[in-house]
Amino acid sequence: MSMATAIPQPAERENYLNKEYGVWSWLLTTDHKRIALLYLISITFFFFIGGFFALLIRLELLTPAGDLVQADTYNKLFTMHGMVMIFFFLIPSIPAVLGNFLVPLMIGAKDLAFPRINLLSWYLYIIGGVMMLHCMLTGGVDTGWTFYAPFSTSFTNTKIVEAGLAIFVAGFSSILTGLNFVVTIHRMRAPGMTWSRLPLFIWAHYATSIIQLLGTPVVAVTIVLVAAERALHLGIFDPKLGGDPLLFQHLFWFYSHPAVYIMILPSMGVVTEIIACFSRKRIFGYHFVAFSSIAIAVFGFLVWAHHMFVAGISVYSALVFSFLSYAVALPSAIKVFNWTATLYKGSIHYDAPMLYAFGFLGLFTIGGLTGLFLSALGINVHVTDTYFVVAHFHYIMVGGAVMGYLGGMHFWWPKISGRLYPEGWARLAALIVFIGFNLTFFPQFVLGYMGMPRRYYDYSHMPEFQVLNVLSTAGATVLGVGYLLPMVYFLWSMRYGKPASDNPWNAAGLEWKTASPPPTFNFDEEPVVTWEAYNYEELDAPHSEEVPVAR
Amino acid sequence: MSAHSSATSSPLKGYFAVWIALLAGTGLTVYAATLDLAPYNAAVALGIATIKATLVALFFMHVWHASEKLTKLVVIAALFFLLLLLGLTMSDYATRLWS
Amino acid sequence: MPDSTVIGLHHEEEHRPELLHHFAEPQQQRDAASLGMWVFLGTEVMFFGGLFCAYLVYRRWYFGDFAAASKSINMGLGATNTAVLICSSLTVVLAVWAAQTARRTLLIGSLALTMLLGLAFLGIKAVEYKDKFEEHHVPGASFSFDHVEIPGHPGEYANPRHAQMFFSLYFVMTGLHALHMIVGLGIFLWLFMMAWKGRFTPEWNTPVEIGGLYWHFVDIVWIYLFPLLYLIDRHP
Repeated sequence: MSMATAIPQPAERENYLNKEYGVWSWLLTTDHKRIALLYLISITFFFFIGGFFALLIRLELLTPAGDLVQADTYNKLFTMHGMVMIFFFLIPSIPAVLGNFLVPLMIGAKDLAFPRINLLSWYLYIIGGVMMLHCMLTGGVDTGWTFYAPFSTSFTNTKIVEAGLAIFVAGFSSILTGLNFVVTIHRMRAPGMTWSRLPLFIWAHYATSIIQLLGTPVVAVTIVLVAAERALHLGIFDPKLGGDPLLFQHLFWFYSHPAVYIMILPSMGVVTEIIACFSRKRIFGYHFVAFSSIAIAVFGFLVWAHHMFVAGISVYSALVFSFLSYAVALPSAIKVFNWTATLYKGSIHYDAPMLYAFGFLGLFTIGGLTGLFLSALGINVHVTDTYFVVAHFHYIMVGGAVMGYLGGMHFWWPKISGRLYPEGWARLAALIVFIGFNLTFFPQFVLGYMGMPRRYYDYSHMPEFQVLNVLSTAGATVLGVGYLLPMVYFLWSMRYGKPASDNPWNAAGLEWKTASPPPTFNFDEEPVVTWEAYNYEELDAPHSEEVPVAR
Repeated sequence: MSAHSSATSSPLKGYFAVWIALLAGTGLTVYAATLDLAPYNAAVALGIATIKATLVALFFMHVWHASEKLTKLVVIAALFFLLLLLGLTMSDYATRLWS
Repeated sequence: MPDSTVIGLHHEEEHRPELLHHFAEPQQQRDAASLGMWVFLGTEVMFFGGLFCAYLVYRRWYFGDFAAASKSINMGLGATNTAVLICSSLTVVLAVWAAQTARRTLLIGSLALTMLLGLAFLGIKAVEYKDKFEEHHVPGASFSFDHVEIPGHPGEYANPRHAQMFFSLYFVMTGLHALHMIVGLGIFLWLFMMAWKGRFTPEWNTPVEIGGLYWHFVDIVWIYLFPLLYLIDRHP
């Protein structure tokens, strides 16, 4: 039974969407909510681009022979798929869309601490995106998204410098977003909004921001070194000068491992909000979840060389990183236990956001557990650079992060747009996504374990891989349909959807105490918080005293 | 930073003292580099550099009189992650030849 | 509130013209700006940190070659530059103090002096770079470093390939540092112009404070670069 309530809207109130019209009112806006929508459109565009490359990859892999594209082209396909999806979709996705929109609302602020820097962030993202598009259209890159030296520095003829600079610029977009969130969360909380009353979505974004701030600069300077080596012949990784290709990998992965936590932490924050709301319960172990978010951010910086176990690092160093990689699973596991405990004896409602949250729980757990397999040195030797790894990270990034993103988009859609999406279609889409996802990626675990290498366009030496590859491609098609559906009905709902009330889910959180969509400055009066987070008992109490409404 | 330093009314003496100390440290480190301290040359140089950097941070950047612990936390956090990068990377290089 | 959110068109409160609309109090705005700059400097620590990591790895591997290369760069100029930056940090704190105590002349003078010292630093750096260019120590096709003895090991010559590694790091690290100096000069030029127009008061001088923080950070980076690059082995 759907929980969402709709009320007929009399005359349309002034809100952030209708306050001003015209292209420049959007392109020069400093309103965090409008910037969030600018990001929404941009990242969706890049999601299509990245998805297009995925489609071509899966089509090629339908047959063992390399018969759709040439080898070099295939190298470019998986490279561009990875670069676009990671840097231009996943990393911005939840923070730049949902985070930008919700962080000020959730803490009771009028905007982020630095609204103009927020707009600058978006422009940097766009500039980086345009550079990346140009790079792709004029030849692209074939090194894999990891652009390892010395291939990327000394041997490839593709457009490394341009792609690197595009990522460099987009990286600063990420850094500035993180900076804005940290300062906002420290300085702009409404009276009474103590750290222990913050929604866990905020804690998750705070932790994410720490990673963005401390990790991204390292990959930025690494890109500078690669560009310097190619363009100015300042060889740092060049073995001919005594350089060490592994140094590149150390510097690269120092960021790129924590980067995966940039991609998953915000999603965990979303899932926490959804599970609490649709179980009608306070999250179990609030402080555990809050501190494990910070722990994930810190521990995430300690494990990067688990991407280098077979690359030639010292075995003693590998032992240390293997141990630390087990340790980093602990805070994530704590969160899974807490979510599960929240569900226990909760009053569960199966609206679309909750379906995505359930999907997240199962798929993230599988992805996370397979990460532990990979952390074991003995197993790693066998499955590194096989489809096992590919399946592992897609379970977390797609089964985890993207499910969380979709769940969050559904959950907050009424707040963002002032409209309800069609619940029936949404549940169907969630189911299609779940089925399509598993059909695509579960066979890849098996393929990898059986020995199919990643980044190969031709597997005709082992034609028995074909069956599972065909299943995977079929799944990808289903998944694609599942992704298209929300785009269609979200757009549809903006015109034809039922108008949403302030709080259609009867959810806890300051963002639900203002209109849907909110006015430009979020609240008519500054909220004063006197209640704990996730006060679902109060919200659900019959004939309850009106929970203090800040208007 | 709050508008008024909680230190004495004129911080000028402190600033000039730090300035002299920094210049002296520079001279000292140049002199120390000419001495043969065998394996300790690097440690001495970095030690002096760290003292100089600390003086700049504490007194020129006002961390010493910072009204909030948060400022100090940001500094410590940045240093911690820098040392992590340097230390854990070196743990690979330093142990490669062990077997 | 009728304010537009389009850039540059915010409604100005009568008595607190610099208070931006989304802040409740000037103190909150100042604290936000200060925290923002400190956090940004944290990111800069990691940005340079990657370079220090590369330097550390190769210095350990090729100590002798690095020592030989280090000896060939001009320690006198490097030390002078260190002193120049230290003096500029002093002028910066004087500028901040002047802004806080409404001493306009001192403020403008200190800001100007800071810029002058910054330009001096860059000028000396340019001389160093020119020297390196003339000695064929710039990495690339025309690099040469033959028959240079490793300090402390008479008869042993430095490996030119490893020496080139030193110079690659030298140019990237000092080049990035110089780039940050140039940005700093731009910031201080802007501060100078604002100060000239009398925009800074004891109640509001945040840009001077946070501009100062940036400048001190650039100084701290050089404080480490100098011994690491110039003083590896200077035994006579």
